[in-house]
Amino acid sequence: MNTQMILTAFLTVGIIGLICGILLSILSEVFKVPTDEKADHIESEILPGANCGSCGYSGCSGYAAALSSGKTTNTALCNPGGQEVSQKIAEYLGLSAGSVERKSAVVLCDGSCDKAETKMEYEGLKSCSAASALQGGEKMCSYGCLGYGDCINVCEYGAIKLCDGVARIDPRYCKACSKCVNVCPRGLIELFPVYKKKAGVMCKNKDKGAQARKECSAACIGCMKCQKVCETGAVTVVNFNAHVDTDKCTGCGKCVENCPVKCIEMIDYSFVG
Amino acid sequence: MKSYFALLIMGLITNNFVLSKFLGICPFLGVSKKLDTAVGMSTAVVIVMCIATAVTYPINVLLVRKDMEYLQTVVFILVIAALVQMIEMFLKKYVKSLYKALGIYLPLITTNCAVLGVVLLNVQNGYNFGQSMMNSFAGGMGFMLAMVMFSGVRKKLESCDVPEFFKGLPITLIAASLTSLSFVGFAGIVEGMGLSV
Repeated sequence: MNTQMILTAFLTVGIIGLICGILLSILSEVFKVPTDEKADHIESEILPGANCGSCGYSGCSGYAAALSSGKTTNTALCNPGGQEVSQKIAEYLGLSAGSVERKSAVVLCDGSCDKAETKMEYEGLKSCSAASALQGGEKMCSYGCLGYGDCINVCEYGAIKLCDGVARIDPRYCKACSKCVNVCPRGLIELFPVYKKKAGVMCKNKDKGAQARKECSAACIGCMKCQKVCETGAVTVVNFNAHVDTDKCTGCGKCVENCPVKCIEMIDYSFVG
Repeated sequence: MKSYFALLIMGLITNNFVLSKFLGICPFLGVSKKLDTAVGMSTAVVIVMCIATAVTYPINVLLVRKDMEYLQTVVFILVIAALVQMIEMFLKKYVKSLYKALGIYLPLITTNCAVLGVVLLNVQNGYNFGQSMMNSFAGGMGFMLAMVMFSGVRKKLESCDVPEFFKGLPITLIAASLTSLSFVGFAGIVEGMGLSV
């Protein structure tokens, strides 16, 4: 009796399992969807899977589909993956590998607690976007880093830290995915090449000189000295704020030397291996 | 008709799967962070619950006829798992947009205890086919209600200054217990309305 019971249970479950299995295998043929193997391979095996969108496509799957269908032959669009990924894609698809210039994001503000003046005490949500919506936050300068770390929260690589009231990005960990660039309500973050010396204006203040000076001792006053001294015409002053065109900048350092408020810094990440 | 209405109220509120039966806690905690994922997951649960009930009901009739009720759990797990796979394949082929919207949640449901729970409860309570379907639908909608409500609670939690040692899962569990307490307050309304199953 007992053995029979075990046997019937065993058989019932076995048969139902078998029926389900057969049905599944038949249906998998019936409902077969042609998939792009190349795109799948590129997405799952080669691309880093950060889904950051810095390639200009909708995440890694979009870039993989574009590559495999031949819509793009540029293998160098993936910033987080860098040269290694570019090479692997090129090998897999038989294309020539484009070179990826390693970049790092930089927060263009030097308004640390001792330099930037405050206009009020802010006790609201610890978020830059909330603070900037409420009278522009604690600092008098309405262009500078708010220091509540929206970029820190969005960074997947732990590359951003808060130093003395302003966010700072460690180029050793930055993968140039542009997530922080997009999240900063002040638009302070820009990508700089890692292996080339470039001058960067560490201020986005567009107020007139005297006003800017009142707000922050590290503010750009728009004195035009840097524009006059630059030999390649890389520095331009618009709206009382200097801006360096990284493509034209040779990294000679003349603007850095001549800046009276020391708001231009030489961005030199050559220590990154 | 009255019994169907009673089932709807019970599934939605008094016998809510997540908040009073404590089934399906894993997705309740896992995917309730955002409203859109919560809605996606619970839509998938509603669909799978209804189809699973429709399929397992005749199987259960067969099992009862052969005196093999003790196999219910095993057989139902097997059938539901295969069923979810089939639904997934079908959606992938014909309703690509829904497949993408449900995404990872559909395979996750394969091992969701709320789905198995509703099927077994239908059997235990001796519901007929119509009642079983209603119970499954109401259970799924109750799951959705709990998920959507809780995603709102979690959104509020994010902007709260939580003590360091409560951050993350602990405060989420405390919030879940408070939410479920609020549902206990509804106990007895079905009987109070003069309804019964």
